[in-house]
Amino acid sequence: MPKSLTPRLAALRDEIHGYAKEFGLDFFDTVFEMVSYDEMNMVAAYGGFPTRYPHWRWGMEYEQLAKGYEYGLSKIYELVINNDPCYAYLMESNPEVDQKLVMAHVYGHCDFFKNNFSFRHTNRRMIDDMANHATRVRRWVDKIGVEKVEDFIDRTLSLENLIDQHAPHIRRNPDPQRAEEEAKSNERVEGFKVNREYMRGFINPSEFMDSQRKRAEDEKQQRKRFPERPQRDVLYFLLEHAPLEPWEVDILSILRDEAYYFAPQGQTKIMNEGWASYWHSTIMTRRALRDDEIIDYADHHSGTMGVRPGAINPYKLGIELWRDIEDRWNKGKFGKEWDECDDLRARQAWDKKLGAGREKIFEVRKHYNDITFIDTFLTAEFAQQQKLFVYGFNDKRNSWEILDREFRKVKNKLLTSLTNFGQPIIEVVDGNYENRSELLLAHKHDGQDLKSDYARETLRNLQSLWRRPVNIITRYDGKGALLRYDGQHHSEKKVEL
Amino acid sequence: MTLKIHQDHSRFKQIVRGKIKANLRKYVQKGEMLGKKGKDAISIPIPFIDIPRFKYGHKEQGGVGQGDGEVGQQLGPGAVEPGDGHQAGQGEGDHALEVDVTLEELAQILGEELQLPRIERRQNERIVTQKVKYTGVNTTGPESLRHFKRTFKQALKRQIATGTYDPKMPVIIPTREDRRYRSYKLQELPETNAVIIYMMDVSGSMGDEQKEIVRIESFWLDTWLKHQYKGLESRYIIHDAVAREVDRDTFFHTRESGGTMISSAYKLCRDIIQADYPKSAWNIYPFHFSDGDNWSADDTRQCIEMLRNDILPQVNQFAYGQVESPYGSGQFIKDLREAVGDTNNVALSEIADKDAIYASIKDFLGKGR
Repeated sequence: MPKSLTPRLAALRDEIHGYAKEFGLDFFDTVFEMVSYDEMNMVAAYGGFPTRYPHWRWGMEYEQLAKGYEYGLSKIYELVINNDPCYAYLMESNPEVDQKLVMAHVYGHCDFFKNNFSFRHTNRRMIDDMANHATRVRRWVDKIGVEKVEDFIDRTLSLENLIDQHAPHIRRNPDPQRAEEEAKSNERVEGFKVNREYMRGFINPSEFMDSQRKRAEDEKQQRKRFPERPQRDVLYFLLEHAPLEPWEVDILSILRDEAYYFAPQGQTKIMNEGWASYWHSTIMTRRALRDDEIIDYADHHSGTMGVRPGAINPYKLGIELWRDIEDRWNKGKFGKEWDECDDLRARQAWDKKLGAGREKIFEVRKHYNDITFIDTFLTAEFAQQQKLFVYGFNDKRNSWEILDREFRKVKNKLLTSLTNFGQPIIEVVDGNYENRSELLLAHKHDGQDLKSDYARETLRNLQSLWRRPVNIITRYDGKGALLRYDGQHHSEKKVEL
Repeated sequence: MTLKIHQDHSRFKQIVRGKIKANLRKYVQKGEMLGKKGKDAISIPIPFIDIPRFKYGHKEQGGVGQGDGEVGQQLGPGAVEPGDGHQAGQGEGDHALEVDVTLEELAQILGEELQLPRIERRQNERIVTQKVKYTGVNTTGPESLRHFKRTFKQALKRQIATGTYDPKMPVIIPTREDRRYRSYKLQELPETNAVIIYMMDVSGSMGDEQKEIVRIESFWLDTWLKHQYKGLESRYIIHDAVAREVDRDTFFHTRESGGTMISSAYKLCRDIIQADYPKSAWNIYPFHFSDGDNWSADDTRQCIEMLRNDILPQVNQFAYGQVESPYGSGQFIKDLREAVGDTNNVALSEIADKDAIYASIKDFLGKGR
């Protein structure tokens, strides 16, 4: 089980801690623990946490990590939890220079967690909560049985990405309005007040009463059209409206909580990994490296920065972008004058000796996420320097190929892939579809079709929670399509959009 | 040391095992894993253990990459990672999960599913063999075991330390002292020996489909027997009117025309056993496949005689698989059944098509001999 640091490593930690502070990093207390490689794989499989609820997918994750390590394909160097205090792990077998690098890297992450706006509402006691979640799920396992609980988790995981990724915070209490509205709909139609009983027929003639009744009925129907506005947080909608058992509600809300906790990490991956890499490299090369460690450091660092042609390495893209911003703000390469200058030579030699780079990157790390970061700071020059391109699949040649190096397209593609995590945007539009308590989702189509076999399987899982037929409106090959699963059969029909 | 995750891990393995079992019949028939056979393990695609979500097909999606290359240039295989790599907390692969299963484990699953008994070993004589195991890195060793990366790194270190490294001309020349070598130990492994002698009719009436069946079936026979014996040897005999011994590849890919004399194969089989595999030290398994068409009743008589007198007394089990073909009369298995069908170390099986492989494996291995 995790051990605390040896005196030697504790001293190194203090040293690195000092450098991090000296450079202006600002973080929660950070606790380092020593783990064996086996434990490291376990913690990594658990998403960084020492304990998670029981489920086979952690085992699958573990299997893949352990295999990757054994085959020498991958090695997890650094793991850090966004928590107060932050927890981070050091692998026992690593050489000292790696430990220093990891510590420096971790302090970068911790600074980012504490200061970036996306994390402002994250739960900083998540270690405790994860452990509580585990206990709660285990308790249900004891009560309900492992098969049923696992099965429910499997089905819910299939819906895990249906949260409002960009919601500033997680909504927890069911809508109080709902109860109120329900009460209102039960009011009886009374007509005008009648003082003398013999006047009733004149004051409230039966046609009038009938029409009043009908109006009330219509209003009620209207109200039954819920949600009033499309709702992105599908899991929340299910929590509120699906006919779930108490244990199912509990587990669903646990999984939703965890999904929200991880969402900001997904939204700031490039920034965050880049930031941590920027700081490990700065701290190591300017302060912490001993001469005899340079080669191992360089070997490790370049390993982290390696790129494959068909993928973006967030460490590499991130660190380069941070450095580019720093450089531009040091030299004053921004603003009207810079934008309007089209003399290439002047642009290359541009240096206003502004020296504002460090300050600028600290500001940026506070107020941006990957989308706004890329949108604001990825320049044509940068894309060219970094040799970025758009690739796609060529059906005729049955292979991936480079499609374009044009800056606009590269940037757009990158932004699209980051929007909503690169996940399709899906909303609940009607919880009483066709007035038959069916569920209707809508996919906001942005040019990419859903993977249809997955969509069908997902509908099947959704149906098992909703217990009535479920539908999703999407688009295939440019035509509107309504996919439906009624509990037994899948069907698909064309719809006009 | 036990880790908390071991529970989740074994649950995962259990699920994988269940999936393999549920699909075993399909795997057995299609032989779809055969092409991917590695040294000790094979990859098996597991349908839908990947949790389904609403998501885009990766092919529609494409993405942004980094590096050299002209527009239109193909990205090499493996260059495109489905999903965005693997990160804790939001790992998301796009591919159907492929699980590595060791042949050992596969054999176990096969055994459980077909309810195969363990083979009774006739010989338990232990023969010891040696195996090389790489254990570390050393400063001396043969050049063939030189560890290039370590050597290079050592040389780089030395040149930097002594100030002879020039960043403008980064030439690294390892000296004798820089060289590093992998070192190894010899491990001794006890073994129980067994040999499979495969025989196949390659005359004109045995078509590609029939051979495919033999190929798939022999893979499973191999797998099971390897599970039972350490140190399994295989020999291959093909025959039409004459028999000859060939290598594995030739065995599966030869096609001859002409007649069929099964006795020629049995004769060769007998000779091989006599020459190389004394009964006292070996567990012996001849497997013969044909479409059941023999040249003459006389030849069949010879076969049966040889079986009775020379082969059956020597072997653990003799197995004959008759693969149905449009040309074969299918007479041979009837003759065998009549003559030696009651003998307990004979296994006979008729394999109508690929679907029948599953049951046929059980015919062959179900006796536990």
